[in-house]
Amino acid sequence: MTRYTISLTLVLSVIWLLLSGMWTHPVILPLGVVSVALTVWLTFRLDMLDREGDPLHLVLPSLRYWPWLLGQIVRANLQVAGRILGRRGGLHPGLATVRSSQKSDLGRAIFANSITLTPGTVTIRVRDGEILYYALTKDVVKDLDEGEMDRRVTRLEDQL
Amino acid sequence: MMALILDILSWTLLMAGSLLLIVGGVGLIRFPDFYSRVQAAGLTDTLCSIFILLGLLLQADNVPLAAKILFTLLFLLFTGPTAAHALAKTAHHDELEPWKADAGGASSKQ
Repeated sequence: MTRYTISLTLVLSVIWLLLSGMWTHPVILPLGVVSVALTVWLTFRLDMLDREGDPLHLVLPSLRYWPWLLGQIVRANLQVAGRILGRRGGLHPGLATVRSSQKSDLGRAIFANSITLTPGTVTIRVRDGEILYYALTKDVVKDLDEGEMDRRVTRLEDQL
Repeated sequence: MMALILDILSWTLLMAGSLLLIVGGVGLIRFPDFYSRVQAAGLTDTLCSIFILLGLLLQADNVPLAAKILFTLLFLLFTGPTAAHALAKTAHHDELEPWKADAGGASSKQ
């Protein structure tokens, strides 16, 4: 509990300083201290001062996953842009399912959001071990069936 | 010299982002049905906002401003997929069939 109190206070202080830019103001700065303290106290009162409410442990593993995801987003963007400017014949849309091997809700949410974040696919429904999604072309279905994204999200989940 | 390089880089990113925005808009009109149009909008949600906000980031001359731009990008990358998923899930829940290359579809207007 002490750990989460300290880390939430630090995170909120840094965010407040970054957003306000008032690092030496004699009136605004104490008000910032008060609002950080109030937020931490409210979080404690709401019983949310825990691992889920202060998910700092997600940051480092995510830093390894996001660059790869960003590469996928760039690639998918170029593919969809090509479909938009090309002939309509290239489109073969449809619904498809992909196996998701994550065990936690958080892992499944990351996988489902990654699918939606890459243009050309959007998650429709998440069930145990399976994700129903809409795909714009057959190529992206093939890509997801190869399961690299699923494996990477599961590896990310294991590190959490 | 440094400022010139930053300006060129910044403008390249801004132009690339704007181009993607236009392409996404064209896709919104050209694509045949509801689901595929969500994908075209996904272009403007992702790489387009990344390019434009990174281009603006290079123009930021103090830390708080840069931080605000980065927070904006972060929130966009979290809320974009949520909105796209909500749209697609609702359409699927209401039994809207996707447009098919050979059979057409309910929400297509050609």
